[in-house]
Parts: sequence; C-alpha cells; structure tokens
Amino acid sequence: MAANPMYQFNVYRIGPEIKIGEVDISFTNASLFMVISTLAILIVFNLGAKKKSLIPDKIQLLSELSYSFVSKMISDTAGAKAKPYFAFIFSLFMFVLFCNMFGMIPYSFTVTSHIIVTFVLAAFIFIGVTIIGFLKHGLGYLKLFVPSGVPIILLPLIVVIEIISYLSRPISLSVRLFANMMAGHTMMKVFGGFVVSLGLVGGWLPLGFSVALTGLEILVAFLQAYVFAILTCIYLNDALNLHH
Amino acid sequence: MKKIIIFLYALFSFNCIAKSAETGGMPQLNPEFWFSQIFWLTITFGILFIILSKFILPKIRNNLETRKSQIMENIEIADNQKTNSEKNLKEYDKIISDAKDKAKKTFNLAKEKIQLDLGKEREKIESELNSEIQDAENEIKDLKKSSPEKISLIAVDTAAEIIQKLIGVEVNKSNVSAIVNEQVKLMKGK
Repeated sequence: MAANPMYQFNVYRIGPEIKIGEVDISFTNASLFMVISTLAILIVFNLGAKKKSLIPDKIQLLSELSYSFVSKMISDTAGAKAKPYFAFIFSLFMFVLFCNMFGMIPYSFTVTSHIIVTFVLAAFIFIGVTIIGFLKHGLGYLKLFVPSGVPIILLPLIVVIEIISYLSRPISLSVRLFANMMAGHTMMKVFGGFVVSLGLVGGWLPLGFSVALTGLEILVAFLQAYVFAILTCIYLNDALNLHH
Repeated sequence: MKKIIIFLYALFSFNCIAKSAETGGMPQLNPEFWFSQIFWLTITFGILFIILSKFILPKIRNNLETRKSQIMENIEIADNQKTNSEKNLKEYDKIISDAKDKAKKTFNLAKEKIQLDLGKEREKIESELNSEIQDAENEIKDLKKSSPEKISLIAVDTAAEIIQKLIGVEVNKSNVSAIVNEQVKLMKGK
C-alpha cells in the first residue's frame, strides 16, 4: 500500500500507448473514470427519461428532479435568456458531480482532482462566455469592466481590477474545484494512513475522523459541482444581461 | 453482472497497489498525460453533451410538460365539475324551497277551506239547534199556557170521583169546577 497520500492522483496508462504525431493520447485511468461517469449519467438519465408515467417511479423522479433543479438554478441566476444553454450546464453539472462522486469510491480515481481537467472545462466556459458576450453586445460588452456609479478618479483603478478579475475567472473556477477535491482526498488518505500506523490501540480516533471526513467529502463533492455550475450560470448572466 | 463488477474492481485496485509512487510531488503537475486527459475529456464530455441535449433532456422536458398539462387539464375538469355541481345544488335548493312554498300554500288553502266548511257546518247546526230550541220553547210555552186549565180539569174530575166514592152522590161537574177554580184563584193569590 502506498504511503504517499499524493499517490492516488497518479495517472497511468491502461492498455496500449496511443500517439497522434508526437502527442500521447493513451487511455489512462483518468480516461476510464471519465468514460464511467459519462456512461453512468447516460444510463441513469436514459432510464429516467424512457418511462412516461404520470406518477414517476424512483429513477424517473431522480432525473426529473435533477432537471428541474438545474433548470431552476439557471433561471434564478441567469434569467430566461439562458434557456438555450441549459443542456450544456446540465451536462457540466452532472459530469462534475458524477466524477466527484465516483472519486469517493475507494481505489477509484477522481477526474476532477486534476488541474488540467478542471482548467480545460473552465477555459472552455470562459472562452464561450466571452464569445457569447461579444456576439450579444458587440464592443458594448467591454462596459462590463466599467461599473456604473464609480467616481471618475477611481475609474482607471477599478477598470484594471475588473479586467484582472475577469481574466482570473477560469483560474479561480478551475483551482477551486481541483483544490477542493485534491485536499479532501489527500486528507482522507492521510487519516486513513494514521488508522493503519496507529493500529488497534490508537487507530479509532483517526478512523472516526475518516468516517466524518467521508461524509464531509460527499457533501463537498456535491457542493463543488453545484458551485461550478452556478458560477458558470453567473458568468453567463454577465454575458447575456450585462448589467453591472 | 455483480461478479464481473467485483472482479474488475479487484483487478483495478490491485493495479493501483502494484504501481507504487515512484516520485514525490503533485502528479497533477506532471504534464505527461495532460494531452491524453484533455483529449478524453473532450470526447467523453462531448458525447455526454450531445446525447443529453439531443435525446435525453428533450424526453425529460416532454415528460414534465405532459405531466404539467395533464394536471392542469385535470384541475380544469375538476373546476368545471365543481361549478356544475354547485349549479345543480342551487337548482335542487330552489326546487326544495319551491316545494316547501307550495306545500305551505296548499296547507293554508286546506286550512282555510276546512275552517270555512267548519263555520258553515257550525252555522247550519246552530241554526238547526236554534230552531229546535225555538220549537221546544214554543211547546213549553203552549204547555205552560194549557197546563193550568188541564190541571183544573183533572182536579175537577178527580174531585168529582172522590166525592162520589166518599159520599156516593153524583155531583154536578160545573159546581165542582167552580169550587176548584175558586181554590186555584186563592192559591194563586197567596
């Protein structure tokens, strides 16, 4: 058993090495869990969507509640204009949620604990939102950086701050998810290691911590997926409605 | 199915354990598999997004909308039925109150008629009674008128008979009647 708590984040190749030119795109354990999460989402929601009973059973209720949950989240934060982006935000929320949750299974791999994955998602959102903003408002989208009701003397400073905060969005979005997942899993690994090293005599306290941390981590897994999705909605709201 | 899952899980965890950490630091910052992760993320997320948005989410939306519309329909039907039944109830109430009124009227009519009949009957009976009373009174009056004469006649007859039996003499009736009349006058005078 690996004592290094960071070991769980290792990515390794499963199966043959696949290369396109110089780029290595081999199937890894991370890829495996992305595929598993995707399949799980598709299976669950396909089952939920297939039945059309007036009174839903459990799986149908699950999918319909998720649908209305995400739908309400979007309409609350980004308004009615965000309706076309519902499918994207729903997929995003479910993907992050399922990856986080699958990461909670022992010996599994947490896809979202890798900065590159979260950063690609966040960068995609950032670029997409920026493009939507410029398409909807043209150059008027730059008004986002000039808040109304600010004294003219402060304006240069504020604009700089706004631009920096806007540009740091993908970083904050990706680092938030990645750091949360990594820290949680590392903590659990560390406490798990304590249980083993302290043995039967002293291992009970860290075991209790481990149990509590597991609950906390499941909460965090849900919460971070929610935060990721809702921040996407908020960015989308800025792009669509532009009232700063 | 369960067995397969458990087997795969065991294999995977074994694999996990077998590959011990060679180096310290954060594996996240090792760029060796970055492109692989980006590639597979794009593929899986792309597939997920396409299937969800094209096939699954519309179905769920349809389900929800059908349910909503069905519920609205049912509520509408229920509302209609409610107003209908309220109307019917009003009608019934009206019928009942009408019937009550009618019954009251009939009752009153019957009562009046009975009272009228009763009055007539009573009048009739009373008049009959009155005439009978009148008749009886007349008879009594007649009797009263005629009784003193008869009494005196009887008195005369009996007096004559008594005298005959006592003395054995035939008495002239006119004499006896004169005496009796005198006596009657005396008695009346008293």
